[in-house]
Amino acid sequence: MNNLPTISHLQIVPDEYRKAPNAQDVATLIEIKNLSLNIDQQAIFSNISIPIYSKHINVLIGPSGCGKSSLLNAIIRLTDFTKDAHLQGEILVANKNILNPNCNLIELRKKVAMIFQKPTPFPMSIYKNFEIPLKEHGVKNKIDIAAKMQSALKSVGLWKEVKDRLNKNALSLSGGQQQRLCIARALTLAPAALLLDEPCSALDPISSQIIEELLLELKQKYTILVVTHNLSQAKRIADYVAFMWYVNQCGRLVEHNEAAIIFNKPSNPLTSAYVQGVTG
Amino acid sequence: MKLPSNYNPADILLAGFSWLSGLLVLLCFGYLFADIFSNGYAHLDWQFITTAPENAGRDGGIAPMIISTTILLFFALLFSLPIGIFSAIYLAEYTSYEHRFARLLRYALNTLAAVPSIVMGMFGFAFFVIILQIGFSLLAGALTLAIMILPLLIRNIEDSLRNIPHTYRLNAAALGLSQVRTIFQILLPMAKHGIAMAVVLSVGRAMAETAALLFTAGYVMRMPDSLMDSGRSLSVHIFDLSMNVPGGEKAAYATTIVLLFSILIINAATVLLSNQITRRSPM
Repeated sequence: MNNLPTISHLQIVPDEYRKAPNAQDVATLIEIKNLSLNIDQQAIFSNISIPIYSKHINVLIGPSGCGKSSLLNAIIRLTDFTKDAHLQGEILVANKNILNPNCNLIELRKKVAMIFQKPTPFPMSIYKNFEIPLKEHGVKNKIDIAAKMQSALKSVGLWKEVKDRLNKNALSLSGGQQQRLCIARALTLAPAALLLDEPCSALDPISSQIIEELLLELKQKYTILVVTHNLSQAKRIADYVAFMWYVNQCGRLVEHNEAAIIFNKPSNPLTSAYVQGVTG
Repeated sequence: MKLPSNYNPADILLAGFSWLSGLLVLLCFGYLFADIFSNGYAHLDWQFITTAPENAGRDGGIAPMIISTTILLFFALLFSLPIGIFSAIYLAEYTSYEHRFARLLRYALNTLAAVPSIVMGMFGFAFFVIILQIGFSLLAGALTLAIMILPLLIRNIEDSLRNIPHTYRLNAAALGLSQVRTIFQILLPMAKHGIAMAVVLSVGRAMAETAALLFTAGYVMRMPDSLMDSGRSLSVHIFDLSMNVPGGEKAAYATTIVLLFSILIINAATVLLSNQITRRSPM
């Protein structure tokens, strides 16, 4: 225990927003700048600055309770559902600050989709799971709905498995299928980015592998931000990694860089201890 | 029953006592049914259901009471169900559990639920019959019943909405769904069994009601000719036959059988209907 880096070793490196040294030319879709979240006077995370690179897999790692999921929720303002939650700083999505009170939340959530830890298809038919959001966003025609559903289900590799049971309850699918259904449902709204909050933590290893392969494919077209506990998963899929830790129960960003650097030559001793599994 | 060698006497006692309690409830229920059936069965035939009463109800049938009860029930639900659903939506979706107005509303509902039905009858008489000048009528009775069953409806529907995990609301929001669509297309369909249950309880309460109707819907035995006409419900008929009509007991028992079966049929139909909604547009 004595050799472990402790909180006192923790130098919070990137206080201001900066891109990774080798990624200066890579476009960013989302820029999180000096973001802090307080809930009922309690700091959940503070002063986080991370670039989210377009069409790459950005991964957020760190121990439970360091505010990773809250950070994800903040990006599409789901924090609005928490009483007394207060965000400070800037979140730029396509150069627009979404913390602006005039921000159109429905447009934001169409542009940035979120997949939750526990697969949550609505407890109704597979078809209805697509019809309800599509109708909300102006697709009223049944043929259009069916076409969009089919193409989304194909892009997550679920079409063959469900095409004969579209009228069956979505809860009759396996956990992995449900999670892919949720991803497909999000894709029908043609988002630019996908946020995934520990998408595999409720799944078996084989389903997890399918989701990981899917993400590697989807990054050709979408900007992806994944929160995960699973370090080996992060190593398999990440292009860029942000490592968070907590100080006095408040989440802080420790280090952010290319995945290869974070996993092999991190600059912070805490990062190196965490990715080697020494602490965390 | 073979006892394990290391049995604990207190465990045996608890198991035995629980079993006995269950048996006791079943016996009470069985005795009630047996008593009603043995006394009323002979009096019950098709004619009893389809003809008007004669000789103060000792003879003839109960057709007008069946019609009056149906009208009372239908309009009571028509008035209270929309208000009940929307109040429940307000409580479950638009306020936190501790919100002051919500707490006040819940307090009012709990009090309303505990008001004796005779007091509700006096209120219905004073407010609907006299002040609003509706007069003794099925309408005044239905409105009074509507107020009586509101607490049952609201609390049960609110509970079934609150039991839906919060993640579904977050999910709907993350898909950019409006609150209207989230509530009407996702949450209410998910709560439909709870809503059916609330209706079942309310129907039972409304059909059993006597005191509140005496002062509002009245107790004339004739067939009602409109919503503004007064009319006698099945429960009021049973009350009148057994309290005021010597020799009316057989007819009272037969009416009770009809009342019990109506409640059973309506309950079964409500549950079937809520399942049917599931099947037709697969939720």
